[in-house]
Amino acid sequence: MSTPLITADLVAVDLDATDRDDATRQLIELLTAAGRVTDADGFHADVRAREAQMATGMPGGVGLPHARSAHVVEPSLAVGKLRQGVDWGAPDGPARLVFLIAAPDGAHGDHLKILAALARRLIHESFRTSLLEASDPATVADIVSREVVVS
Amino acid sequence: MKFVAVSSCPTGIAHTYMAAEALEVAGRAAGHEVHVETQGAAGSTPLDPQLIADADGVIFAADLEVKDKERFAGKPVVDVGVKKAVHDPNGVLAQAVAAVESGVVPAAAPGGATAAGGPVTKVDKNAGVGTRVRQWLMTGVSYMIPFVAAGGILIALGFMVAQAAWGENGPVEVTQVPVADLVGSFNALSGKDWAVLLFRTGGLAFGFLVPVLSGFIAYAIADRPGLVPGFVGGAIAGAINAGFLGGLATGFIGGFLALWISRWKVPKGVRGVMPVVVVPLLSSLLTGLIMFVIIGRPIAGLMEGLTGWLNGLSGANLFLLGAILGAMMGFDLGGPINKVAYVFATTGLATEGLEAGATQFRIMAAVMGAGMVAPLAMALATTVRKRLFTHAEQENGKAAWLLGLSFISEGAIPFAAADPWRVIVSSVVGSTVTGAMIMSLGSELRAPHGGVWVSPLISNALGFLLAVAVGMVVMAVVVIALKSMKPNPIVEAEQAADAQVAAREPQTV
Repeated sequence: MSTPLITADLVAVDLDATDRDDATRQLIELLTAAGRVTDADGFHADVRAREAQMATGMPGGVGLPHARSAHVVEPSLAVGKLRQGVDWGAPDGPARLVFLIAAPDGAHGDHLKILAALARRLIHESFRTSLLEASDPATVADIVSREVVVS
Repeated sequence: MKFVAVSSCPTGIAHTYMAAEALEVAGRAAGHEVHVETQGAAGSTPLDPQLIADADGVIFAADLEVKDKERFAGKPVVDVGVKKAVHDPNGVLAQAVAAVESGVVPAAAPGGATAAGGPVTKVDKNAGVGTRVRQWLMTGVSYMIPFVAAGGILIALGFMVAQAAWGENGPVEVTQVPVADLVGSFNALSGKDWAVLLFRTGGLAFGFLVPVLSGFIAYAIADRPGLVPGFVGGAIAGAINAGFLGGLATGFIGGFLALWISRWKVPKGVRGVMPVVVVPLLSSLLTGLIMFVIIGRPIAGLMEGLTGWLNGLSGANLFLLGAILGAMMGFDLGGPINKVAYVFATTGLATEGLEAGATQFRIMAAVMGAGMVAPLAMALATTVRKRLFTHAEQENGKAAWLLGLSFISEGAIPFAAADPWRVIVSSVVGSTVTGAMIMSLGSELRAPHGGVWVSPLISNALGFLLAVAVGMVVMAVVVIALKSMKPNPIVEAEQAADAQVAAREPQTV
């Protein structure tokens, strides 16, 4: 794969967000700054639309906003660890780990398989715990790159 | 259990895969095998048709229309949204287990004509040995029950119509009309012809009892490869007079042979013909070898020995002889021991120059009465203690009334095959009582079969019926007591599933 799904500059380990939308916006800024998203507002609208269909709060305190969008350059993952959990619509409580998945409209098989593998890893508590315990962006990016492999 | 599942979600990026992983992880934790087809954006790999065929149930964790849904036709399905599978995979699995155990299969979707799935089994691959043996037996029994009910009721109707058409000797006459007459000159206005048609059709349906029992026990053990040796073995059990107990044996023998052979490591060239040629051929041959050569001889010897012994008893106390014949009738319900007692009685009938009061007539009455006890008692037991029986057994119990009244002992085979020792012990007790009572009361019977439909041919018919009723109550009490001592896990699982379904469905008045 040409570009890694995640790098340290796409991780915010101490995110201070008021709500779901705010947390999403801050992660989108990271993607925009890295040049992976061309239009922050446009992408944000796409994510909101997806979120409106069905909240993406997952079990174990995870928010997983995502969208396939024309404003995305490369399949990317931004990770935010929230100082204070915010409600992501999951029945078991607020989200403290937020994964923003950005997929280009025309993403092809290999890219999507990586994202599928990520979604599968998120079910495992050990994976979530190791991310929650990681204290710096590089470690987070490392764990994700190491653990999320296409099987 | 084994499940196959399909997951999908609107974007096809996140929920689809989380649901898949959640179900697989929860399945592993609960000891189930779960295979998920993710119909998501990353492209989906269709489930191996063999996995679908082997699955006990299907889970749709899909927010989009499931692709190629007809692949899953004939399997119990739970349809939950993708979100429920992500957040509560254990709940979804529990629902799926309940669906499998209740055995409810949704009607085939319109247009979905090609069913990929095989017949459903009641087998949970992770249960303990005792439970699995019981599940194998139950699978065989559940497929046999419709044959018992259909065949038995046809025969009983044949007797009834024959009695109307010929008069009191009808149930005997009907059995003596050759099939060629039926084929050559069936007259739709003739009651006799209808009686023969009913009797013959029912008799042929009955011919499948033991093969179906044996075949589906083997199927439960070895899946598809088990069918051929199981069915063939069941037919051999019939040929060597081994009865349903022989059929239980061939079910296990054929099933394990097929399982064993289908696991052989074979060269690639042979692999293709394994399921179609090699496995059925070898497993059937070995089953035949075991049955004919090893099991056939002792059974024949046993029957010969018992017959000689009975003939030697002729001068003995009649009460005792009635008790012995009754016990033999109740023991294996059409098997070798039952057959010896029955043939002993019918051979006696053929003695020339018999006059009223002859012992042979009293023996025939005792044998027939004892042979009516088991199905009647099981019918009674399923009526008064529903909770001790599976749904299929309860249904079979209803047919067993008519079968018992018609002296079709096979009506009790499904119960005996599912739970041999409890049913056989109680059957022997009840039939012994009836046999001894009839001999003491002195009822005589001049017909070899027919049940209540030949009651005009029974002297002291009231005493005869009383003796049957007493044996029936005795056996029902014993079987209820034995079954109450140790609950049957399959019955309990069914009831739990019922309760769940009842709780889920809003009560409508």
